[in-house]
Amino acid sequence: MDLISEEKLNRMTSMEKIRLILDKVKTGRIVVLESGLTPEEEVRLIEMTMTEIRVDEFSGIEIESYPAKRESSFVGRLLGRNSSKGRMTVIGPANQLRTVEKDQYQISTKVSVGD
Amino acid sequence: MGVFKSLRMNLGIWLSRIFGKKRARIGIYGPPNAGKTTLANRIVKDWSGDGAIGTVSPVPHETRRAVRKEGLVINANGASIHLDIVDTPGMATKIDFREFMAYGMSEEEAKKRAKEATEGVIEAIKWLDDLDGVLLVMDSTEDPYTQVNVTVIGNMEARNLPLLIVANKIDLPHAAPSRIKAAFPQHPVVQISALEGNNLDELYNAIALHFG
Ligand SMILES: Nc1nc2c(ncn2[C@@H]2O[C@H](COP(=O)(O)OP(=O)(O)O)[C@@H](O)[C@H]2O)c(=O)[nH]1
Ligand SMILES: [Mg+2]
Repeated sequence: MDLISEEKLNRMTSMEKIRLILDKVKTGRIVVLESGLTPEEEVRLIEMTMTEIRVDEFSGIEIESYPAKRESSFVGRLLGRNSSKGRMTVIGPANQLRTVEKDQYQISTKVSVGD
Repeated sequence: MGVFKSLRMNLGIWLSRIFGKKRARIGIYGPPNAGKTTLANRIVKDWSGDGAIGTVSPVPHETRRAVRKEGLVINANGASIHLDIVDTPGMATKIDFREFMAYGMSEEEAKKRAKEATEGVIEAIKWLDDLDGVLLVMDSTEDPYTQVNVTVIGNMEARNLPLLIVANKIDLPHAAPSRIKAAFPQHPVVQISALEGNNLDELYNAIALHFG
């Protein structure tokens, strides 16, 4: 299990984050992002995941996060922008990570070793 | 000739200005098997009289290409609203061909379907850039807190586009549409059964209200 701090995430570009996540998950690791991804990054991650699915090698990811907190400032609104930062996100290989329980406050995940 | 043609076109623009009939392009999203195509077929049948636009199936990822139906006119809430409906393959974060084999497909068929399904998800994602609004369909018997739902909602919010959540399959005994409302309190939720046709009037009123 790899925890990636908010500090480190803030220094990375979207593509670097996605590459890091997929590389780790494809080798069977579970990644915990302290500050999560933006909605745009989430959708790019799903897209990249789809292009990298291979029979008997990689069947995709399991990902859990919460709706991004909207921090739209007045100026942001004027510019038609919503800066929103995701909350903690857990990502793992589809065949290993299963969400047992999730509510607004906590995520419980079960990791199955082997298959 | 040219003059008549451009006159006719101008008349069209003029008419649409007067009656304010802007056409909204609405994408239908949600996880596999939520009932997106069942709903798309209903809407098309109710408002154009045409037949189905897609095949419904209990096997996930039946829809692997987005299908657009143009020029629907929905009369509800005392308004008439012009829509293009796009039935998308929906989104998923994982696709395993073995899942399809459990439905009796050969290994070869299942692998082909899985490949097409991954392409379908990418297509659904690309469509997000060309829409004016989204109907996000969820199965009311399932946990609404899924990444697919959260991601679609986050993307619509970031784009400032309207989103209407459809809590489908309320005909089933374990349906719990209130869970969906609790999970996404900031968005309108309409409870329907696309299969049985329950509560569709309310859905059409909400469509006119939010996408009109
Ligand atoms: N009970 C019930 N089943 C439904 C409803 N809507 C769709 N289904 C079923 O759910 C399955 C998936 O439907 P489909 O429209 O293909 O889902 P899609 O993958 O989201 O397009 C099919 O077996 C449908 O008959 C509903 O309102 N109630
Ligand atoms: Mg479908």
